[in-house]
Amino acid sequence: MTRYGMVIDVSKCIGCYNCFLACRDEFAGNEYPGYSAAQPLRGMNWIKVIEVERGRFPKVKVNHVPVTCMHCEDAACLRLDQSGAVYRRSDGIVMIDPEKAKGNKALLNLCPYRVIEWNEERELPQKCTFCAHLLDQGEPEPRCVESCPASALTFGDLDDPESKVSMLLATGQVVPMHPEYDLKDKVTYLNLPKKFVAGTVIYGDVGEVAAGIDVLLSGDGKELSAKTNGFGDFEFEGLAENVQYTVKIEASGYQPVTLTAKTSRDVYLGEIVLTK
Amino acid sequence: MAEQEFINCAIGGIVKVTVKDGVITRMRPLRLTEEDGGHWTIEARGKRFSDPRKTTINPFNVAERMRVYSENRIKYPMKRKHFDPNGERHPELRGRDEFERISWDEALDIVASEIKRIRETYGPAAITAFVSSHHNYGLLFYKMGPMPRFYNILGYTQLLDNPDSWEGWHWGSMHTWGWYWRFGQCDNFDMLAEALKHTEQVVYWSVDPNTSAGGYGGQETVIWREWLRELGITGIFIDPYCNATAAHMADKWLAPRPGTDAALAEAIAYQWIVDDTYDHWFIENRTAYFDEWKAYILGETDGVPKSAEWAAPICDIPAHTIRALAREWASKKTMLACGSQYGTAGACRNAYATEWASLMIHLIAMQGIGKDGVNIWGGTAHGAPLNMSFKSAGYSDAGWDVFGLVAKQPTFPNRNQVTQRVYRLLLPEAILNGHIEWRGEGFCVQYPTQQFKKMEYPEPGPNGAEIRMIHRHGGSFISTMTDTNRWVRMYQSPKLEFVVMQDCHWQSETKFGDIILPASTNFEHADISEWAQPGGYGNGNVNCNHRILIYQQKCIEPLWESKPDYEIYCELAKRLGIYDEYTEGNSEEDWIRKVFEYTDLPKYITYEEFKKKGYFVVPSVPEDYKPTVSNKWYYEGRPVDTPDRFNPLQGNEKATQMATPSGKIEFKRSILEQYFPDDEERPPIPRYIPLFEGHESKGIVEKYPLQLMTPHAKFSYHTHQDNKIDWLNDIKQHRVKKDGYAYWPFRMNPADAEARGIKDGDVILVYNDRARVLGVALVTERCRPGLVHSYQAGAKYDPLEPGVPGSIDRGGCVNLLSPSRMTSKNAYGEANMSFLVEVRKWEA
Repeated sequence: MTRYGMVIDVSKCIGCYNCFLACRDEFAGNEYPGYSAAQPLRGMNWIKVIEVERGRFPKVKVNHVPVTCMHCEDAACLRLDQSGAVYRRSDGIVMIDPEKAKGNKALLNLCPYRVIEWNEERELPQKCTFCAHLLDQGEPEPRCVESCPASALTFGDLDDPESKVSMLLATGQVVPMHPEYDLKDKVTYLNLPKKFVAGTVIYGDVGEVAAGIDVLLSGDGKELSAKTNGFGDFEFEGLAENVQYTVKIEASGYQPVTLTAKTSRDVYLGEIVLTK
Repeated sequence: MAEQEFINCAIGGIVKVTVKDGVITRMRPLRLTEEDGGHWTIEARGKRFSDPRKTTINPFNVAERMRVYSENRIKYPMKRKHFDPNGERHPELRGRDEFERISWDEALDIVASEIKRIRETYGPAAITAFVSSHHNYGLLFYKMGPMPRFYNILGYTQLLDNPDSWEGWHWGSMHTWGWYWRFGQCDNFDMLAEALKHTEQVVYWSVDPNTSAGGYGGQETVIWREWLRELGITGIFIDPYCNATAAHMADKWLAPRPGTDAALAEAIAYQWIVDDTYDHWFIENRTAYFDEWKAYILGETDGVPKSAEWAAPICDIPAHTIRALAREWASKKTMLACGSQYGTAGACRNAYATEWASLMIHLIAMQGIGKDGVNIWGGTAHGAPLNMSFKSAGYSDAGWDVFGLVAKQPTFPNRNQVTQRVYRLLLPEAILNGHIEWRGEGFCVQYPTQQFKKMEYPEPGPNGAEIRMIHRHGGSFISTMTDTNRWVRMYQSPKLEFVVMQDCHWQSETKFGDIILPASTNFEHADISEWAQPGGYGNGNVNCNHRILIYQQKCIEPLWESKPDYEIYCELAKRLGIYDEYTEGNSEEDWIRKVFEYTDLPKYITYEEFKKKGYFVVPSVPEDYKPTVSNKWYYEGRPVDTPDRFNPLQGNEKATQMATPSGKIEFKRSILEQYFPDDEERPPIPRYIPLFEGHESKGIVEKYPLQLMTPHAKFSYHTHQDNKIDWLNDIKQHRVKKDGYAYWPFRMNPADAEARGIKDGDVILVYNDRARVLGVALVTERCRPGLVHSYQAGAKYDPLEPGVPGSIDRGGCVNLLSPSRMTSKNAYGEANMSFLVEVRKWEA
């Protein structure tokens, strides 16, 4: 059996919005009888890109997180909808029947990811179909995946262990966007933004950056170590949110420095000056 | 009618177009088949990197069908209501007048009779016509084709383009290392494999490849930078704004104040000299005048050592960070990602950018350019292992008549009998003041001193004439040209008796016309092209993973009453008696077939097969292919071996040299010393010169303390997609909707915003003595303090008082704010990368 899924690697997404635009291009004004009714020419977002700015000047990064229907194995919309408008194809794609769903605005509230949108023109709840109409014609992937220049989106058969998507899943690094929803999402993520703690270390006496020195980070039951690079910078990436971390910097001949950083947001500790 | 599929090419990539019942329903990238060929694999550091088997397109091309069917398409021929060719013309109403629909015959008759009348009254020099880059794509029927051929035959005052977006390289580094036939920028062949195999670090200096290196080539090189990361090749970004590529992947971001890059470069050089971490062998054997420059850097000539401590307060970067940058750079095999076509724009558009551009060559020379892994690699966006021996054609290969590639009588350069020229940057002054002087013959790629040539308008003597008529073909300079209110005033001059606008869309400039001619897009007629191949001065600059030639299939009939540009000029040519010469009896299809035959295509595919399939992938390089990495020949002292078709040194006794007087990279620009020994704005020895409108500009900075930088945008190629594809308005970095209006964003640092009571998403007024522009504030840590960032060339000039120069603009026309003062007094380039403004919250 074929069972479709997608893995989105956030670290590869450059924020070009091709996925978003390709989805519009496929569905705005285009009818796919038996699959989906046409979107209005503007306004719907079956895949959207969330921009996440992290850090503070001069240590800033931006992640882009594409979000679409997760085609959950335990889909809340399917489980909770009483009307029979939501169904699952044999390949796992969760569909909303445009005939049966007409007027059913309540469907929008059933999805905790809030990816079902209201088509005002047609009075329809609508969402991503994984471009099922194209897959059924033998196309290998949905339009969003096809249009991604960075291969950040990988689509394929979860039941085929040789498929790219299965191989990504096999790394064990892939997670659902909200594991706490426990919906067995079939759109899952690599490298979702977490929090970083970073800083720049300077030798105060000589006024030079401190390269190659040890920095220790502890908290959340973990101890991590890093070395400063040629700019005196260190960075601990992928940290948990809302944890109080302790950063220790030790360089021989200098006073050790201990700082704290709470990851309610990404933390750049600025320039840390070591003194003798 | 069933669904049909066509192949076409847009400005940012090849598209597969679905048409249903005569209507375009989708645009997609192209998936290559096995039999298409063109495969390549690079082995580097134990990994294999192969060509992606689908092409990429720019975001605005994914949404291209909305551009084709845009509400802003010009649907019918129109006449300005108060324009009467036989009576009152009311030029003062241009920009605010209404329009009325007329027939094609009426429109063409008026245009033809105005051309005749103006020629007879004032002479052919009284007419100018111009085109912009690049509202459509196609070799024959777009930029260098229908318009220039028509006017070359008639005779007209050619509008010389300013070398645009590579100012610093053209007027500066050209005199450091030659490359005049490529605007002072080097070629970039086989750089991808070179970097993957040998490079340890890339310095992206004022370049943002994920935003603007795509150009015609879609997003082909995005994946290359992912490969660089995969191999652990670090990326250092130098830019006042944490640009899109930096925000995505920088290992280090340094944010100098806008326009201070030259000071940073000098401090790096200083550090390398005192640390003795530069390539002495290269300096001794491949460069000239190093000691003179070194003396300047060390402060021996002016008492000011150009140390990190000197540069730190200028750039506002700590001295220890500058030293760290210098040491990191010198300790690793480093590519400098600027200085060729796709590393252009950015800091090279600042005032005195000639200095920075030359200094970039100094730095990479000090590290031995051409050594394994050490080179200039513009935007990391050139140089896949492609077969460059396949003969094709680029749109600039035949100059200002691309039909000349295959015509019996090319009309360029000799057919135009008018020798008068006018300069694009000074057209408003030419019209309004009646006289301008400048230097340089436009795109000066013939010889290094061509840019020094003194020019004057009107041409003295009987053949000169003041311009009375403008024929505008595609695009809009209202928005892309500096101090844009000048253009508003120009169009309202009574001296301009007639203005015809020919375009697909109502651009900001279109409403300043008297007659409007609706042109169709490249999806509404056929053409032929090579993807992303400019040819000529950019030959070989293919920023794609394959070379692909395209038969641009006609997908739909021309919409509304629009006509293909070629057909419009044919109709005019009939009325003016030049039809036979214009067409040489060729139909559109005949021209396409002749170009097909001009290329190497017939060796591989029949015309009918090519026309039916729509594309052809140039075969891979042979198995035994030996890469010809740019600049490596120079390092190794060999004759130049790159496939740079127009390199004049190739095959002669100077083939091992740079195209400078000494044949070497010159740390003192000896040509400038000869021609402009006393020019302090572009001295022979390049140096940091404070911007004429920057953080040190006393008398201005007190009133306008913020530096606005204006790089090229991602979601619109110049003005060609913005305000046509409203889907783009749902992308926050493009436009932000507020109270039902899509405003252009201006980015600010949180401290600067807070000091002015501005919150993220507020409508703000950005202003200086030149203009007032409304936009939306995006408050972001990506802006260094004191910086406002906005992309230039939004396509919506929307004055609150239409047709009134100086009116507040609501559309986000950023270039209203920029100065029209040039790069420097003898370098006639735009200097609009950064300038001063103040910002306040807008309460209407």
